Amino acid sequence: MAEIKIKNIRKEFGDFVAVRDSSFTIEDGEFFMLLGPSGCGKTTTLRMIAGLELPTSGEIFLDGEEISQRPPSRRDIAFVFQMFALYPHMNVRKNLSYPLVSQGMRRAQVKSKVAEVAEILGITDILHRPVGGLSGGDRQRVALGRAIVRDPKAFMMDEPLGALDAEFREHMAEELRALHDRMGATTVYVTHDQLEAMQMGDKIVVMNNAVIEQFGTPQEIYDKPASMFVADFIGSPSMNFLRFEGAVSDGVRSVQLNGQTLDVPRQMDFASGNLVLGVRPEHVSLTDAGTYRGEVLATEYLGTTQIVTLGSPNGILKARTDSTQIATVGDKVGLAFKAASITLFDETSGRALRSELNHGVLANG
Amino acid sequence: MAEVTLENLSKSFGDTKAVDNVTMTIPNGAFVVMLGPTGAGKTTTLRLIAGLEKADHGTLRIDGRDVSNEMPAQRDIAMVFQQYSLYPHLTVRENLAFPLKSPILRTPPAEIERVVTEVAETLQITGKLDNKATELSGGEMQRVSIGRALVRDPAIYLMDEPLSSLDAKLRTDLRVELKRIQANLGATLLYVTHDQIEAMTMATHVGVLNEGRLVQFGTPREIYENPNSLYVAGRLGLPRINVVPADMFAGAPDGASFVGMRPEHIRQGEGVEAQIQRVEHLGDQNRLHLRVGDQAITTIADPTTDYQPGNQIKISPKDPLYFGADGTRIR
Repeated sequence: MAEIKIKNIRKEFGDFVAVRDSSFTIEDGEFFMLLGPSGCGKTTTLRMIAGLELPTSGEIFLDGEEISQRPPSRRDIAFVFQMFALYPHMNVRKNLSYPLVSQGMRRAQVKSKVAEVAEILGITDILHRPVGGLSGGDRQRVALGRAIVRDPKAFMMDEPLGALDAEFREHMAEELRALHDRMGATTVYVTHDQLEAMQMGDKIVVMNNAVIEQFGTPQEIYDKPASMFVADFIGSPSMNFLRFEGAVSDGVRSVQLNGQTLDVPRQMDFASGNLVLGVRPEHVSLTDAGTYRGEVLATEYLGTTQIVTLGSPNGILKARTDSTQIATVGDKVGLAFKAASITLFDETSGRALRSELNHGVLANG
Repeated sequence: MAEVTLENLSKSFGDTKAVDNVTMTIPNGAFVVMLGPTGAGKTTTLRLIAGLEKADHGTLRIDGRDVSNEMPAQRDIAMVFQQYSLYPHLTVRENLAFPLKSPILRTPPAEIERVVTEVAETLQITGKLDNKATELSGGEMQRVSIGRALVRDPAIYLMDEPLSSLDAKLRTDLRVELKRIQANLGATLLYVTHDQIEAMTMATHVGVLNEGRLVQFGTPREIYENPNSLYVAGRLGLPRINVVPADMFAGAPDGASFVGMRPEHIRQGEGVEAQIQRVEHLGDQNRLHLRVGDQAITTIADPTTDYQPGNQIKISPKDPLYFGADGTRIR
């Protein structure tokens, strides 16, 4: 199908810069997520790939061909919107046939193509039904079907599950991903939901304020965040930040927090001043042996695990522990951090400091 | 604060039984969450307690007193709705003071000032006291509307999905905050939601509703670990509990048609052969989508595992829950 290469793309609306000089590559067959808070530029990026917006500068290559100034109809890309727009007066079959008929495809061919797509989506038995009476899930499947019948080179999806309730969303997310695995079509998917991005994506681009913060696989982004923004945006609860004043240099393997020595991955940068120790909740454990102390402020039961909120000399943090571990509000407890998982940040710039943990990921942007 | 008792409470709208013979005790100082999907009867139960609906049958007692025929104002309850309804022309301070100025309460002005200041501090909106209600963010508005309930010292607080219109991050913060406030005040609180995370994390007791009936009542841990039906088992836990035919694994008791296994309650390395369909890397865990015959099963693995689609693994249940053909638990 298609490889999409974005080179130094930029979009301005008047004085406002919506997307600032972004570059990344979407490999053939990838399920690719554009993730970020509202207003970060992710939808604008998607719309530029689809041709619904023209970039102010920069290039977009679809299978090696530069397409950034072409109209949408000449890009061979299908777009699925958040609000699935179906023709209400037509039945499912006609809704699916329409894009093909309007392209001038022969009737016999339309018929077999529609049958094939209906089979993939599991909607063969509702082809004769009017779309008005369909359930939300079936309407969504028909909307997807309309994008698929054209055999486009790539799919663009703008929060297609955003309007659904949590339970149904989970179900559709799985269905969408399974569909992708069967068809193998390059898909670019916009979402503000980090869990959706982690669950469905092969690769994720995290955007904030018109800039790409990080680009990589879900596990890389989670384990080796390039900035405090990414560390905070990904994961629930998000990464804990313990603020401290100190200095690190090449080769250092520990830092001092509140008089306690905490082991960290071997550092490769020089930095001093306001630093931040970042540690994920599941890498914080409550142990009598811990010399770094905290006080239990709250506990939240989640079934097998629980979230324990702790006060510490360097700020509030959360631990995810087994729910059989007893933690009572008001208790003073020792804390241990999994040293190999820790990322240090420079607080002023918000960037991660390079270490043996993350240098491979930070090197490629 | 007070104990609230529902005895055989029923309410129908036309042919629909919205609340069907519900008996439940909300202990003094408890944080009770009523959990169920849309249409289960949660909000109607809340409105019956508030006096906004009149029950067809049954008795409602607050602190032992039968209030079934009392007006809402006489029942001594405070209610928070999903959609915050503040007076837009008043400041935050005036909005918070408003319930205390009710002619029934006759609160002295100095007392009003004291309580408003205290509640504003609890909710961390002190800096916004002189803002107009319209000059607040969504989260602040919802905090003010919770604050308007907190200024009073009612027998019970009733809250109808007060966090559902907020964004995820704020909801997480307010969850912890609301639980802390309730614990500090020793308040009795009945909270309605369809969000299982809210139910698990905040409640001292959870009441699970299904089609108007109270199907289980207990601590979050009891409901999670010891559900008495398939329906209840499916209400808590994400990803959802796996339900497969009982004969998939050895050891099912007589009469069991289904075995329920929470994703984290599946042992890897022995048992039945399963094929990995898909692996999701969620950071703190890997989620495995498996197939055994024509059954789909979801389980969880350590994030350091390197399973690939197509791999075969062996699985067996750990702490399985068995259910009969009608969905009732078999122990």
